[in-house]
Amino acid sequence: MVVTAATTEEHPAHPEEGLSHPVTSTGLSNEKIAMWAFLGSECLLFGALISTYLLYRGRSVAGPLPSDVYDIPYTSVSSFVLLMSSLTMVMALAAMQRHDQRRMRVWLLTTALLGSVFVGGQAYEFTSFYRSGLSLHQNLFGSSFFVLTGFHGAHVTIGILMLLSLAAISWKGRLADSRVETVELIGLYWHFVDVVWIVIFTVVYLIPGVK
Amino acid sequence: MTDEAALVSPEPGVEEHYPSEWQYIKVALLLFVITMGEVGIYYVTGARQAVTTLMLAMMAVKFSLVALYFMHLRFDSKLFRRLFVTGLILAIAVYIIALTSLHVFSR
Repeated sequence: MVVTAATTEEHPAHPEEGLSHPVTSTGLSNEKIAMWAFLGSECLLFGALISTYLLYRGRSVAGPLPSDVYDIPYTSVSSFVLLMSSLTMVMALAAMQRHDQRRMRVWLLTTALLGSVFVGGQAYEFTSFYRSGLSLHQNLFGSSFFVLTGFHGAHVTIGILMLLSLAAISWKGRLADSRVETVELIGLYWHFVDVVWIVIFTVVYLIPGVK
Repeated sequence: MTDEAALVSPEPGVEEHYPSEWQYIKVALLLFVITMGEVGIYYVTGARQAVTTLMLAMMAVKFSLVALYFMHLRFDSKLFRRLFVTGLILAIAVYIIALTSLHVFSR
């Protein structure tokens, strides 16, 4: 009976009212739970790739080695670009929460642009490394480095496609103002690729070069 | 119907407690400063152990800032935090054990 009273207070006529997701048994969005579970599992994927890089570090019998090819100032700028894309992503979410879809699209496109700059920078870096003699098959460093950063780049690319799709859906007027959570879920994925890069930048690029 | 609805217990006001745009900008500025700090200490020579430790600490702070503020783990349901932290801790534990058993840290 007490439960009934509390329920009536919280959800007077329409249980969905005031929620950005359908009513669920947990009171939380199933999609958001699934996204967090997915991101938790992605930690294991990237953990495996980073561990493989660490395992092979210093075991290459032929060059080029990290110290021969890394350009820290260049990668620092790329990292900064990706970090700032997380800011523009939360700005897009904030705009959606205010039901300002025009501004949300601007922020989404800015995020996609910054992501593209990062991926373009990575493509340039890969090309530059290849010209220096480092390939996927050259040595253990090349194999583990390209697989790790390539996987991350693929994740960023998927994120860019999701951002562009969301902006296009909104542009066509097919995104209801109540779908704040859709923006938030794509944002979670985007921030995750950002935090993974935070780890890669420090562990793969910076620490091995410390003298 | 009533019992089914009774199970619904959304955390009231969760979304209202998300940071303001100005707070997001402050976090981004902090991330920028820490990144510059990381790159700055990269060029410090002769203190490899200390610099490495400091870099790992800065990395952890940056990771936490993005997860807590941009991903809203500080403001959202604890269940989301648990799901993510479980994956994270599992990954760290499994791979540290694996790498230690392969003598990676003692090389």
